[in-house]
Amino acid sequence: MNEPNLHLWIIPLLPLVGATINGLLGRHFKNGMVATVALFFTGASFVHAVWAALQGAHLALPHVEEAGNWIWTSSFQAPFGFYLDQLSTVMMLVVTGVGFLIHLYSVGYMAHEGGFYRFFAYLNLFMFFMLTLVLANNYLLMFVGWEGVGLASYLLIGFFFLKDSAANAGKKAFIVNRIGDFAFLIGMFLLIQNFGSLNFGTIFNKLNESSLWPVETSFGVLSVIALMLMIGATGKSAQVPLYVWLPDAMEGPTPVSALIHAATMVTAGIYMIARSSAIFSRAPHTLLIVAIIGCITAVFAATMGMAQTDIKRVLAYSTVSQLGYMFMACGVAAYSAGIFHLMTHAFFKALLFLGAGSVIHAVGGEQDMRRMGGLRKLIPVTFWVMMIATLAIAGIPPLAGFFSKDEILWQASRLPYGHIIFWIIGLITAGLTSFYMFRLIFMTFFGELRLGQVDEGQEAHKANAPAHAQHDAASQSHGHADDHAHSHGGVHESPWIMLAPLVVLAVLSVVGGWVNIPKALGGNQGFANYLAPAIHTPAEIGGEQPGAREVKEEEGERGTELTFTVLSVVVAFAGLGLAWVLYVKRPELPDRITTSIRGMYVLVKNKYYVDEIYNALLVTPLLAISTYVFWRGVDQGVIDGTVNGLGSASKGIGQGLRHMQSGNIRSYAAWVAAGGAAVIAYMIYLGVR
Amino acid sequence: MLDNNYFIRYLPLLIQVGVGIALAAVMVTLSHLLGKHKWTPAKNSPYECGITPTGDAQGRFSVKFYMVAMLFILFDVEAVFLYPWAVIARKLGMFGFWEMLVYIGLVLVGFFYIWKKGMIDWNKPERNEA
Amino acid sequence: MNSIGYNDYIRILPELVLTFFGILVMLIDPLLGRGSRKGLGILSLTGSFLAMAAGFYQINFHGPAWFGMVQVDSFSIFFHILIPCISAICILASLEYLDQQNIHSGEYYGLILFGTAGMVLMTSAVELVLIFIALEISSISTYILAGYRRSSAAGTESSIKYFLLGSFATAFFLYGVAMIFGATGSTSIPEIYKALNGATSGALVYIAVALMLIGLGFKVAFAPFHVWTPDVYEGAPAPVVALMSTGPKAAAFAVLLRVLFATAVPNDWIWLIWIAAALSMTLGNFGALIQNNVKRMLAYSSIAHAGYILVAFAAGREIGMAAAIFYTASYAAMNVGAFAVVSHFGGTGERYIDIEDYAGLGKRSPLLAFTLTIFLLSLIGIPLTGGFFAKYYVFNAALHSNLVWLTIIGVVNSAVAAYYYLRLIVMMYMREATVDAPPERVSPSMALALVLAAIGTIYLGVLPGYVLDSAHHGAQALKAGPFSKTVQPANNANAAPVQTLK
Repeated sequence: MNEPNLHLWIIPLLPLVGATINGLLGRHFKNGMVATVALFFTGASFVHAVWAALQGAHLALPHVEEAGNWIWTSSFQAPFGFYLDQLSTVMMLVVTGVGFLIHLYSVGYMAHEGGFYRFFAYLNLFMFFMLTLVLANNYLLMFVGWEGVGLASYLLIGFFFLKDSAANAGKKAFIVNRIGDFAFLIGMFLLIQNFGSLNFGTIFNKLNESSLWPVETSFGVLSVIALMLMIGATGKSAQVPLYVWLPDAMEGPTPVSALIHAATMVTAGIYMIARSSAIFSRAPHTLLIVAIIGCITAVFAATMGMAQTDIKRVLAYSTVSQLGYMFMACGVAAYSAGIFHLMTHAFFKALLFLGAGSVIHAVGGEQDMRRMGGLRKLIPVTFWVMMIATLAIAGIPPLAGFFSKDEILWQASRLPYGHIIFWIIGLITAGLTSFYMFRLIFMTFFGELRLGQVDEGQEAHKANAPAHAQHDAASQSHGHADDHAHSHGGVHESPWIMLAPLVVLAVLSVVGGWVNIPKALGGNQGFANYLAPAIHTPAEIGGEQPGAREVKEEEGERGTELTFTVLSVVVAFAGLGLAWVLYVKRPELPDRITTSIRGMYVLVKNKYYVDEIYNALLVTPLLAISTYVFWRGVDQGVIDGTVNGLGSASKGIGQGLRHMQSGNIRSYAAWVAAGGAAVIAYMIYLGVR
Repeated sequence: MLDNNYFIRYLPLLIQVGVGIALAAVMVTLSHLLGKHKWTPAKNSPYECGITPTGDAQGRFSVKFYMVAMLFILFDVEAVFLYPWAVIARKLGMFGFWEMLVYIGLVLVGFFYIWKKGMIDWNKPERNEA
Repeated sequence: MNSIGYNDYIRILPELVLTFFGILVMLIDPLLGRGSRKGLGILSLTGSFLAMAAGFYQINFHGPAWFGMVQVDSFSIFFHILIPCISAICILASLEYLDQQNIHSGEYYGLILFGTAGMVLMTSAVELVLIFIALEISSISTYILAGYRRSSAAGTESSIKYFLLGSFATAFFLYGVAMIFGATGSTSIPEIYKALNGATSGALVYIAVALMLIGLGFKVAFAPFHVWTPDVYEGAPAPVVALMSTGPKAAAFAVLLRVLFATAVPNDWIWLIWIAAALSMTLGNFGALIQNNVKRMLAYSSIAHAGYILVAFAAGREIGMAAAIFYTASYAAMNVGAFAVVSHFGGTGERYIDIEDYAGLGKRSPLLAFTLTIFLLSLIGIPLTGGFFAKYYVFNAALHSNLVWLTIIGVVNSAVAAYYYLRLIVMMYMREATVDAPPERVSPSMALALVLAAIGTIYLGVLPGYVLDSAHHGAQALKAGPFSKTVQPANNANAAPVQTLK
């Protein structure tokens, strides 16, 4: 059959064209022109993606298109190839769709910022790399996209580069990601070594069509490969222990946080694991690690989210926690549940961030929730869309988050690689999520407006609490202000160009979950069935599966599922209720509670001191080694020491000549001679052996 | 692996070196032991043809001396190359002839260069370039 | 008596072209008065380009020449094209630099051309004594070039240090040659191969390899023979550093490849190389971490990069050799570019060479900052730049040879290295300028140099196929050994029987 050419290469290329035009010529354009260019190319990319998805429905998937050769040697080839299957279709639509909405929103949000054209050039560049990542048909091209989104994120986090904290946050994100990237690289080497190729099709076919690669009972090659890929994913998707960069990344403009650090880039790790499901499903040991990491991240980040006062930081920890959910889903081999949650999360988390941006915009750059409150009446549209998103993330039916979260929890308890413990932790996290999200809503939109005034009660409380924690919070909220240059006359609703995307996303947050209604509720799991061909679960592979439990389709299963569902809804409402009591009914209670469990509170408030621990364990020793051993020790001590000794001995000789003192060269020559002696000795030893 | 008699071939050389060192050591030691030691200032001063030594041993010379010395060595060595060539000139035939012409041409280029740069001119004022 | 024919001259054509233009420059220079020597620069630029063209021309003239002293094969042709490219970009960068520093002397260009001739000859010579002579030609030129900033104490210091330590190290190489002559009765690489292949090697061979390793190790600056690098690079003129951190290095690596892989010496040196690679990467990167002077930082970084290339050596086999060859090319592109930026930005007397001076460069001179960013990203090894593929192939080769630990050390080092390169990028784009003086305008020649280097870097990162293929052919030619049919095509009219010097 002659397959039609969908010209998939156009999808990533369009944003690149936009980035190039804006990057090169943007400084001569008016803002309107810049916005038109950026929106046009992103929109066109979305339209093409939709068209390709519709065409794809009639094709035999996966559909591969090669746009040209990239690397070709006799032993190894990597083409510029694009890979369209159910998985990449979903990702492509999410990226272009949500991406377009966020572009639209940014036009309003960034209107008064300097570097308007630069911002859109970076944003388009990001879209290019993200689409390359999603559509690549081999790991190498995927890696290009992978590194590229990292670069774009680095540029965008540091967008307000005059702020020291922004520049440092950018650097931190980049370096932490490098650690993951190198593991990814090693994984790729191992793939080449074992399969001679990096093409998805080649690798998956080799895996699926030969009996040489059964599910590994011990920690074999595939487990190592999967582990390396997973470490790569933990870096990009901000999992324990590499999550530290994401909260700092909130230094970037808010639309960037929405697009890159919530909806798309951070989900790349999840996508990569789902894409490599053929490998992961054969590596049960690694799967277990994935599930545990996801589990820990989910609950850990959720507790940190409870004590934050910066509105964007709450959302950042919430993102980390939700990504943990997705990781957990992948870890129990429920890849489609993970991708489902990825999609719904993209809708409501983008909405939350954009809503938060709208709030920040409205109150003139303030990000500290303790200085907000009572905004419900002042910015009603923002309030309602935020409310919808919060209901969605908290898992209140029938919104999107309810279905996707419930699917993960149910699968975690049921599937062979799942365990009831995962379900319990997931449930606790769901409760925490509901609590901190409603805490955000109540602190921001209810009660009295505390803008501009520093609350006396708060001040009094500050005196009691350890000083540095408060200092920290105060300086953070100060530094995080988005530097709005224009002064706001008062609290006001955002312009329509910012509200329109919010409304669209709100609708999606409501209906997004309906594509995958579980069987227990009378649905048919359409989304999971759609994804199934692109995903390889352990059940498909068969054979001996260590660590897997026997799972039978029981009659009572639907009943159990319903019970679990009801339980999770109850927990969600419990979180809501607690937040209501603490932040609306009796607002003096939280202070009393924090005072009574001060140690615990300080620990959580300071994010368990993870940043400090990393600094003490890794950064400081590294610097110390290079400073004391290599620089002071070798360079200054051994080499310069000789010079300085001779220099001070011969005082009459001038400064310039002192450096020329042959003592210096002698000590150099001594190094060469010593090294030479070692080399010769070794070779003589070999020779007369 | 080394041949068993590999270093044996160098044994005579080693013996000669040993004898040389031993001889020198014996002579110095003997004269030190047997001679009389009467130090006077005149005896301690360095030998300089009867003239009282003055100044530092590490005097400075004009860089021109070094230049001339260097040029002398360069052209000397280049001229010496003509001798081995002359020995087999007949065997090399016309090829050798042309090669030597090229060689001499290159030497001449060098000569032209130092000439125009004024390095043979002893009294040329220093040019301040840098 | 062997006849000497047309092909013999073709096979040393790049050297002939370079020497001819060098002599021409030296002849014209005394005839000119004071003032700029831009004309001579352009003349030598022409020479470099012609030499490169000659390299391409040689593709149809594989085979030995000059009584088997010179061997033209895919391997040497790769470098015959690469090295004149490097010197061309350095000359382009120098055109502006010399005027900026008020240095008006044509010998500078002459020396670059002579040095390049030496480097080119190093890669095609298969006779150890000839290799030594070529090595000296290239070294002596660079010794003098290193001291070209005569008014600066650091410049003179750099030259003297380089010269003294360099001669110290070349002595080792010469001893090595003598030893191998003692062991095999020949200094010709094919003859050595014949003598050693299959036979058990005596202690002399081992010592010879050790000595040659030391001598060449100094030239490519791998640990522990790297100590001279920071001081020398700091003092030497920036365009010269661009040349000597890439050209002689590439040539010396080529010689190292020939000596280690084409002579059938026992391959026990592999652990030495292993240790040297690990040491170089670690010392280089950690040394660079705490530098404030950009030239010193890049000097330490060049030590680290020598370490990466050694990883490929340790990997051995064809892919290892190809990876090493490819790495020299991609390192040349990015490093020449980086030093060209440093040379322009330094200003008169190279005043601005501290990292702090680069603050705000992104605003003050977008072209400089942008190209430097490309080179730095490439030095880190970010995809879409040559540096990425270079590292990729090296580590890939290492894993193929099961050098897992060395790969891990290398990978960790690359991560450390990202820090100090990024520091410079952050400085350029995210800090306010501290230097008041506006940077000087980028002259057209400098812009051309930067653009060429950037294109090279990106080209190797996006479409590495062609160069990588050439590297593979080179590695095959080397691996095939001196007597293989593939190395000597049938059209070779005067395949002279190899004659040894006795």
